[in-house]
Amino acid sequence: MSDPRIHLALRMGDNSLILAQQNSKWCGHAPTLEEDIALANVSLDLMGHAQMWLGFAAEIECEGRNADTLAFFRDTEEFRNSLLVERPNVDFATTLMRQYLFDVWHLEQLLLLSQSSDTLVAEISQKALVEVRYHRERSQSLVIRLGDGTIDSHNRMQEALNALWSYFGSFFEDSKDDELLFDLQTSPMPSSLYPSVLEQLNQDCVLSTLKTPESEFWQKGAVQGHHTENLGYILAEMQYLQRTYPNSKW
Amino acid sequence: MDVLTVKSIVESVPDPEIPVLTLGDLGVIRGVHERDDGFEIHVTPTYSGCPATRVINEMISEALLSAHIEKFTIKKVLSPVWSTQWISESGKAKLEEYGIAPPNPGAKGPKSCPQCKSTRVSEISAFGSTPCQALWRCQECLEPFNYFKCL
Ligand SMILES: [Zn+2]
Repeated sequence: MSDPRIHLALRMGDNSLILAQQNSKWCGHAPTLEEDIALANVSLDLMGHAQMWLGFAAEIECEGRNADTLAFFRDTEEFRNSLLVERPNVDFATTLMRQYLFDVWHLEQLLLLSQSSDTLVAEISQKALVEVRYHRERSQSLVIRLGDGTIDSHNRMQEALNALWSYFGSFFEDSKDDELLFDLQTSPMPSSLYPSVLEQLNQDCVLSTLKTPESEFWQKGAVQGHHTENLGYILAEMQYLQRTYPNSKW
Repeated sequence: MDVLTVKSIVESVPDPEIPVLTLGDLGVIRGVHERDDGFEIHVTPTYSGCPATRVINEMISEALLSAHIEKFTIKKVLSPVWSTQWISESGKAKLEEYGIAPPNPGAKGPKSCPQCKSTRVSEISAFGSTPCQALWRCQECLEPFNYFKCL
């Protein structure tokens, strides 16, 4: 049986990798220069986290792969990212709401992983944590500003939240590997994060005047590698060069 | 060549993005050890995705090679995690003089404008020209300036 930590490392690494790839598409297109720079910088941080997690996964898997080969030579069903991060960019409201939901989950997850019994999991998480705290502050203040902004900005943020909601549940889906990791005190059960994450969202909603959807119908399957159609398009673009010219270098 | 000499060579290498700071000022050199097969230099990254990390390693190699030290390895260490608290006091003073407001722990932004020292400052952008900086503006002298983000 394979080391369950691979499951955790892929889950963390793939979430960061896919969201970094998605955000980077805004480079040169964001509504304001400040947001353009912010999205590129957040992507850069997430790419750094993906490199650490995927490098860790490759190291414990011992199959001669590295972070790059894991990023560029796996197919959709081998990816372990949540369904939220693979939602299309659509517009700035959707991109920002997706980032905000991710940041709230990510910060909570990293706080818990920083206490992991596994030294390397704890170290990577502590490193990422200081950066993600900054991400969350930015997306939170923007969501509050736009939610409590004009009628148009409020409606668009609320629509984005409603549209993304069922995919957000993907972060809280448990698997057999998670049970093993929980027993080893390596990582928390994904579902156990939901109450505190929801509470934080509701707190911010007081200021943003947005409303957290009540439905708890979640799109599932990402932990088994069942993804939405859009991940295929993301990978096609991201992996094209390495698939066409394998091992090409800068 | 002893460990201390190697350490001082490595610590005096300038930061590629903010050359008034040395790697020693920045606090990213976490140790130099003598092993059987040469020196082992422990370096910690500032930001995990920072493109300067690779350049830093190249510059360390260059500095050591020009001091005729050929047997060494550079090892990346993550812990203890780098934060702006690792920047030395002299490093902070150099930043200020260079026109970058130094990190101001416990506050939302810089203490004052690095140009005219006015405390009437406001944020333009939470992110700036490099991963470690944010863009601020002085209300007094109206100059924009970089702020070294507090991590
Ligand atoms: Zn001024």
